[in-house]
Amino acid sequence: MVKANSIPRVWRERTIKYRLIGGKCKKCGKSFYPFRRICPRCGSEEIEEVHLPREGKLLYYTVIRAPPSDFEEYAPYVVGIVELKDGTRVLAQITDVVEDQLEEGVDVEAVFRKYREQGKEGIIEYGIKFRPKT
Amino acid sequence: MRKVYVAGIGATKIREHWEVSLRELLVKAAQKAIEDSNIEKKKIQAAFIGNMSSGVLQGQEHLGSLFATWMGIPGIAASKVEAACASGGAAFHSAYLAVASGMYDCVIALGVEKMSDALTGDVTAALIMADDQDYVAFTGASFVGLNALVYRAYMKKYGAKQEDIALFAVHDHKYAVNNELAQFRREFSLEDVLKSPLIADPIRLLECAPTGDGAAAVVLCSEEYLKEANNEVKIEVAASTLATDILSLHDRDDLTTLQATVRAAEKAYKMAKISPSDVDVLEVHDAFTILGVIHLEDLGFAKKGEGWKLVKEGEIELGGKIPTNLMGGLKARGHPVGATGIYQIYDAVTQLKGEAGKNQVDDAEVALAQNVGGVGGTVSINIFRRVR
Amino acid sequence: MKTSRQVGIVGYGAYVPIYRIKNQEIARVWGKSTWPIKEKSVPGLDEDSLTMAYEASYNAVKRAQIPPEEIEAVYVGSESPPYAVKPSATVIAEALGITPRLIAIDMEFACRAGTTALQSVIGLVGSGMIKYGLAVGTDTAQGRPGDALEFTAAAGAAAFIVGKGEEALAEIEATYSYVTDTPDFWRREGQKYPRHGGRFTGDPAYFKHIVEAARGLMSEAGLAPQDFDYVVFHQPNLKFPLRVAKRLGFSKEQVSAGLLSGIIGNTYAAASMIGLAAVLDKAKPGERILVVSFGSGAGSDAISLVTTELLEQKRSLAPLVESYINRRIYVDYATYAKFRGKIMR
Ligand SMILES: [Zn+2]
Repeated sequence: MVKANSIPRVWRERTIKYRLIGGKCKKCGKSFYPFRRICPRCGSEEIEEVHLPREGKLLYYTVIRAPPSDFEEYAPYVVGIVELKDGTRVLAQITDVVEDQLEEGVDVEAVFRKYREQGKEGIIEYGIKFRPKT
Repeated sequence: MRKVYVAGIGATKIREHWEVSLRELLVKAAQKAIEDSNIEKKKIQAAFIGNMSSGVLQGQEHLGSLFATWMGIPGIAASKVEAACASGGAAFHSAYLAVASGMYDCVIALGVEKMSDALTGDVTAALIMADDQDYVAFTGASFVGLNALVYRAYMKKYGAKQEDIALFAVHDHKYAVNNELAQFRREFSLEDVLKSPLIADPIRLLECAPTGDGAAAVVLCSEEYLKEANNEVKIEVAASTLATDILSLHDRDDLTTLQATVRAAEKAYKMAKISPSDVDVLEVHDAFTILGVIHLEDLGFAKKGEGWKLVKEGEIELGGKIPTNLMGGLKARGHPVGATGIYQIYDAVTQLKGEAGKNQVDDAEVALAQNVGGVGGTVSINIFRRVR
Repeated sequence: MKTSRQVGIVGYGAYVPIYRIKNQEIARVWGKSTWPIKEKSVPGLDEDSLTMAYEASYNAVKRAQIPPEEIEAVYVGSESPPYAVKPSATVIAEALGITPRLIAIDMEFACRAGTTALQSVIGLVGSGMIKYGLAVGTDTAQGRPGDALEFTAAAGAAAFIVGKGEEALAEIEATYSYVTDTPDFWRREGQKYPRHGGRFTGDPAYFKHIVEAARGLMSEAGLAPQDFDYVVFHQPNLKFPLRVAKRLGFSKEQVSAGLLSGIIGNTYAAASMIGLAAVLDKAKPGERILVVSFGSGAGSDAISLVTTELLEQKRSLAPLVESYINRRIYVDYATYAKFRGKIMR
């Protein structure tokens, strides 16, 4: 089965994924994650690279109970949209929670966690997740 | 741009076709559509094949040449068109342009997906490829999960209840009973739906379109060729549009509306010179109940936040204000993803031809089919008109 | 052992995962009527020694208030790295923004690897080779199901940034190491769970090495037990550190602030370092702390520190050990087994 597993593609995104690096459009003022050279909203190419704030609140979440094959061993887990303090929205896993006790609107903070393994012999992919703020 | 007509339609049943390969599904659908068109096979000049995941699920690409070969018409122009679950609609759009431009006189648009070849987790992984692999699929979000976020946002913004939204699934199953191509020809109660297993909270199993195998085909031609076909009912493509939106949900301001639908619909209504009230038959892409509700709003049949009321008040039923998904929709007819857009067209045209049997809308003249890729990253809209 | 110029801790941070399993729950599964500690920490499914090291280091960088790129060495001590071959130090350095100009290495010496990483970094800063260095002790310890170790094998991390003495929140006064070939506990290549020599892990191993390292340091530095306000020992359980304290002439009061194994378990390479972090969370300026680690195989590092005026203002810049201890989600044995990969898939 063809998978999205690739070493270079994980490697080339590492700093953006590890450090939560986004972009801020100098024209329309919107910021976004991940960083990209062109604003997805207004098409402007004047983008400033920003280290996004590591705190925000959970807007919406879902509990993944039937995961893609790479994530089967982690089920159930929570995926949500977080609105960071500067308004940037990030899709990420919400970790360190009891699924049925989570509430929309809770304050969350960024943590560095494992996302998936490329099989038992492959590389491990890390990135930013969020957990309820302590 | 010249006028384009539907000369013939064909489709296989949607099933887990254990004994039938992807290429055989394509050939079967094409044979049926060509037979329906009364146009000789050799007259077909081009094929546009909508498919999302043959590379991942079958390890098979290059569907254009594959189809031409197995169909016995090598030499035609043929290629695959991919826009996730909107692949079928996008293939039809390309086929439409091919004839409308004058480049070709007779083409075939196909949609095919064979999902039963892969294990469930691998299909789930294939479907999420509709979104950004590096930053969305990476999170472990499933495609159901992304739609669950839309569901949550919608309920929060409009105070709508799941028991009202979930009615869409009950509706689809009720009508699929009479569709012999449908994958699930049985009814479910609202209670059945709400008690089915959670897949991605709050979405439950019976709120999701099933996975299945199927292929559908439409022969398109110019007016001149249509004469040869000598069809009793002339069906014109009144509009064919395609629009995109920002790929991922977290980059959009409002999760409760699909901007691509709004954009494609605006262009389509203008092109067909109609307004929503002129539509007699509607096919919407209800991969999940919540999407069906949102589409009714984005297509202009209900105010934002009130789409579920149309469902609850019976307005999408046969005899209602806007009869919708009368052949079972994605939920019950089935959703072989890349084929769905063509199945919707098949169902819409069947209505215009007056061949929908027990589910026939009286004197249906205008039908609209909306096909969605990803969580609204692509939307295809095609409007058909029966010409007297 | 002393550095040629004065160095000290300029930032520190700790991390303990949120999940806990009670010893009573483990005892229930294996039919035991007594157990060594109250409860132990359990890493979540998405945690490993690398992610825990990251969070402890992130906290240390916050307290150090220095640009990450000024850190010139990252030494990670662990016996449970996620990769057998491929360093954790590189990932941690990349995530913190320390790359690429740095010395980076993973170190292994059972539960002693963290303090040895710290000692190495002390040497690098003390020699003037680098300005700041980061040393981490981190482990997601594995105990064979049903083994005595399963009651205590826990997860946690602690990180220390070493810099010049004048920026230090605690100055390094002296260090001393004591190492012999003593096979009390080991894990062979390719094996999932460690093996140990039972009671052989006591007198000839834990007690012998800690006592010799502590006495060695005090003798070289001219210090006695009563000169220390706090003492932190490696803590595989509750009994051993209290007993070794008594043997060396320290009081229970000197030990208690840094003794956490009863509520978080044995965090292996992080154990004495989290203990030190907990002491720094409480200590007043001008107090003297002795830390003595122990790693099977076997060896001990003794480190003597004296806190400075900077400690109190740095303390609030990152979460206290206590705040990690207080956030708890209890799991049953089945969930614990799932989290720790004890269920075959
Ligand atoms: Zn912009």
